[in-house]
Amino acid sequence: MVGKTIKKYWPIFLLPTAAAFCIGFLWPFLWGIYLSFCQFTTVNKVNFVGFSNYAKILADSTFSHAFWLTVLFAVLSSILINVIAFLIALALTKGIRGTNTFRTVFFMPNLIGGIVLGYIWQTLLNGILMSMGQPLLALSAKNGFWGMIILLCWQQIGYMMIIYIAGLSNVPGDLIEAAMVDGANRLQTLFRIKIPMIMSSVTICTFLTLTNGFKMFDQNLSLTGGDPKKATQLLALNIYDTFYARSGPQWKGIGQAKAVVFFLIVVIIALAQLRVTSSREVQQ
Amino acid sequence: MKKKTAFLTVFFTFLSIVWIYPIVTILLNSLKDTKSITTKDVFNLPTSATFAGLSNYVESVTGMSFLKSFFFSLLISVTSVLLILLCCSMAAWYVVRVNSTIAKIFYYLCIFSMVVPFQMVMFTLATTADRLKLNTPYNICVIYLGFGAGLAVFMFTGFVKSIPLEIEEAAMIDGCSPLQTYFNVLIPILKPTIISTAILETMWVWNDYLLPTLVLDIKKYRTIPMAIQYFRGSYGTVNMGAMMASIMIDIIPIIIMYLVCQRYIIEGVIAGAVKG
Repeated sequence: MVGKTIKKYWPIFLLPTAAAFCIGFLWPFLWGIYLSFCQFTTVNKVNFVGFSNYAKILADSTFSHAFWLTVLFAVLSSILINVIAFLIALALTKGIRGTNTFRTVFFMPNLIGGIVLGYIWQTLLNGILMSMGQPLLALSAKNGFWGMIILLCWQQIGYMMIIYIAGLSNVPGDLIEAAMVDGANRLQTLFRIKIPMIMSSVTICTFLTLTNGFKMFDQNLSLTGGDPKKATQLLALNIYDTFYARSGPQWKGIGQAKAVVFFLIVVIIALAQLRVTSSREVQQ
Repeated sequence: MKKKTAFLTVFFTFLSIVWIYPIVTILLNSLKDTKSITTKDVFNLPTSATFAGLSNYVESVTGMSFLKSFFFSLLISVTSVLLILLCCSMAAWYVVRVNSTIAKIFYYLCIFSMVVPFQMVMFTLATTADRLKLNTPYNICVIYLGFGAGLAVFMFTGFVKSIPLEIEEAAMIDGCSPLQTYFNVLIPILKPTIISTAILETMWVWNDYLLPTLVLDIKKYRTIPMAIQYFRGSYGTVNMGAMMASIMIDIIPIIIMYLVCQRYIIEGVIAGAVKG
């Protein structure tokens, strides 16, 4: 009955969101796929060129460099963030004094935007590097890369910690007690009880950190800007750079094609994730 | 056992200090005069010779027209988040209760949109916004509604599904129109989800850099992230004092808001993560 009544009201309930969704997502998305097969500088002059943009990606060495750097970055940052966040969460569920304050402090960086984060860390890391007599962030690809790792850890450990704390506090206490009574030591309860019980949190956090690492843009732009010589460019910044910083009629089409490839990579990660999650749900 | 927890407290106190140290460094530097903020002297505390009081803040607010940026950021965040909350909760209610083919297609498209990276649509989205004249801070909220709908519709449908149908039926039998039912019955029940969604969307819109940069005219309208990037990214000598002060002006409201509604923010994050 409710469904039938509000069905007639679709111009009020559904139309605004659906229309905005078409303007803000659906149409740009479909148009973007089409443009990836075209050569264009403005949208008024578009030539269909088939797959040649995709072929040119392979010849663009900056893309493959950015791709492998992003893979390394996403995997490394995701491992570091998850391990540290989990250890902190484990300690903060033991009821030590000051738990709430610590939780508040660790979570805070998450609220700061990527651009501002980049400049905070640029100031700080350059100061540290200089006092160590090392090349500054913009001059050394290695330092730039580790700078981004440190930045992302600082930003996201708190977020993942919150999710792990929520997961750990849902583990029933009698389960752990039973294990203790049966003679399990601390490590055994950790690996046999706690970690299996919070597998869903682990899945969520791995997914979030991996995709965040892959999609990272603002922090990359403000911390290193891709310097030196595009050596610290991650995929998202590489696409942006192809679009807006290169002159030549072919680059916009190539940029759009790169964006489609980027999108497919992210979808593959998401689907793989979904499969892992659902297979685990069957087991439980 | 006692000894061990005491050790952990000491350890985490130390770690917490390390954690907030970057922000403290920026704060201290924002109080120094511009000449004393160099890469070499970043860690020096302000002394009586280098202490500049609030002059950097004054300069940041006046010289960079930072108040204007603050106003635009606030305007865009408030209008976008309110619009997203209103429209998406309505759409979610429609999707769950009507459950027609179109509603289902719309729902799955929303979920799909959450996976798509922004670079995929950035060029075409900016062009579309330009053509439709949705390129001012006063109506960019429509674009945010479109691009942010995915998460919001997803969160709201998850919650609406758990509301028993009988409540709405009773309201309608008592003579409520669909709009009355929505505002008087549904909104109060949805309140926790509204708060969670509001927090997640505010965090996104307030800090967003690329979308407003591509859509708005940077000469006329700058949000705070745009102003900071424009300021720093432009060549020539950078006024480091004003830069540090601008960063603090961006962070301070966030920290205050965080300390005031910490509970909701953390609950919102958990709700978003568990569902997302």
